[in-house]
Amino acid sequence: MIEFLKATKSFRTAKREVHAVQDVSLTIEQGDIYGIIGFSGAGKSTLLRLVNLLEKPTAGSVKVQGTDITTLSPKELRKLRRRIGMIFQNFNLFTSRTVAGNVGYPLKLAGTSRQEVQRRVAELLQFVGLSDKANDYPEQLSGGQKQRVGIARALATSPDILICDEATSALDPETTSDILRLLKKVNAEFGITILLITHEMHVIQTICNKVAIMENGKVLENGSVFDTFTNPQHETTQNFIQSVQQDRPSSTLLEKWRSNGGTKLYRIVFKGEIAGAPLLSRITRKHGTDFNIVYGTVRELQEQLYGNLLVSFDGPELAIQQVISELSELTEIKEVQTDAS
Amino acid sequence: MQVDWQTFWPRIVEATGETIFMVIATLILGSILGISIGLLLFVTRKGNILENKLVSMLLNLLINFIRPIPFIIFLVAISPLTRTLIGTTIGTWAAVFPMTIAASFGIARVVENNLISIDPGVIEAAKAMGASPFQIIFTVLIPEALGPLILGLTFVTVGLIDFSAMAGTVGGGGLGHVAMTYGYQRFDGSVMIVTVVLLILLVQLAQWLGNTLSRKFLRR
Repeated sequence: MIEFLKATKSFRTAKREVHAVQDVSLTIEQGDIYGIIGFSGAGKSTLLRLVNLLEKPTAGSVKVQGTDITTLSPKELRKLRRRIGMIFQNFNLFTSRTVAGNVGYPLKLAGTSRQEVQRRVAELLQFVGLSDKANDYPEQLSGGQKQRVGIARALATSPDILICDEATSALDPETTSDILRLLKKVNAEFGITILLITHEMHVIQTICNKVAIMENGKVLENGSVFDTFTNPQHETTQNFIQSVQQDRPSSTLLEKWRSNGGTKLYRIVFKGEIAGAPLLSRITRKHGTDFNIVYGTVRELQEQLYGNLLVSFDGPELAIQQVISELSELTEIKEVQTDAS
Repeated sequence: MQVDWQTFWPRIVEATGETIFMVIATLILGSILGISIGLLLFVTRKGNILENKLVSMLLNLLINFIRPIPFIIFLVAISPLTRTLIGTTIGTWAAVFPMTIAASFGIARVVENNLISIDPGVIEAAKAMGASPFQIIFTVLIPEALGPLILGLTFVTVGLIDFSAMAGTVGGGGLGHVAMTYGYQRFDGSVMIVTVVLLILLVQLAQWLGNTLSRKFLRR
């Protein structure tokens, strides 16, 4: 478990003071895959480094497994760091060591016997699927393979927590999926809590169960991925979500709809259980109206259904009003402006 | 005035041996001193693992004070100290002492420059894995910089051959001494050519050794 309690980190540059992280309070529970998303410069990278004290908070505190890490002695801190694996955007492998040498390095630091190091390295390389590359040097590997070595190295000391600094940002989409699948496996098989930072909503959507959105050193909102995706509060969050799921047709298409005499459009958002019931047809039939789905998606998010539809209704005005009021009790329904926006 | 080559060749062989001895002795002593200073320079830099403003400033001041002095002047200037420590200012050891001092400050800079070129992310990764500053120095910095470091030391070695020739002119022995006394002062062009060719061969040999060795460690 990781707890940020009003954690703040400021840097003093020659000209001014920069607040990289401001008053952040977050709790990452055991077993979470917690994603922090933000644009570059949002402070997420600094926040991540507070967890193993690569950056020291200037105010507030950070607790890992219940211990306030800012009070640890250098020796205790080094011991704690062995409980926290870390992987990086640029992998940061030792170029002078082989794959096996890289993976075994943290074990050697911890004073593990040569035999035990060999056994563990073989086991880890098996886990990440690189047993045949043990004696290669990092320069001989592809990006995805390098990150696999990074993950194996981070897992060497059997940590409780894995922190990932933009771990897939330097990889192509296919390799990204491979690595995300591997991270999910790490979480599922070893119960390792994962805290990751990214600027890609796709990463959050694929593996995280919780998310925090950061901007200018602050957390704008946080919560379960499902709630955040289906009910974003801030514009930044909405922008991130739109980067992975388009929830409206283009403005030209909407314009066309309107000029062709199209009727009013309504957005219906339904989540979870309700998505399984034939709501639309039942309610519209009851009031003697028709509906037409103009645009929309129904997708799976965190093993729950989530629908987002643009619908028009056909029938007497009064009946349509009744349909809308009945639907609004069960789903979110809002009229959509078809002009401009 | 021409030398008798029959008796002169053994003198040349002896002088070559002296030069090689001076260069290797200086390289070993200078590397020990220079690598230590270079590491200290690097780790005390701003934002580094053992950041220390005072040590960093003093070291930089010292290096920038010694390095610009032309070696031939330094050699003479430091001779009282050489006499106190070595007991004489004549002979190979008397040359090795000032050469080592001058070389170690040069090597310190070469080491520092090579360490700076290490990806800071790699050092951060080692830190994140719980490595102590001492462990970072010996298990990350030195192995990661070894390839370019050997090339840097090769560059220094070539400079040392030059240094040794200069030291030779003021009593240090070696090929420099031969070139000076027989070639220059006796106006014997052939001796001059022989010594210069030998010096060139030594440089070639050192460069070839350095290149071969560094290739073994260079992984990028």
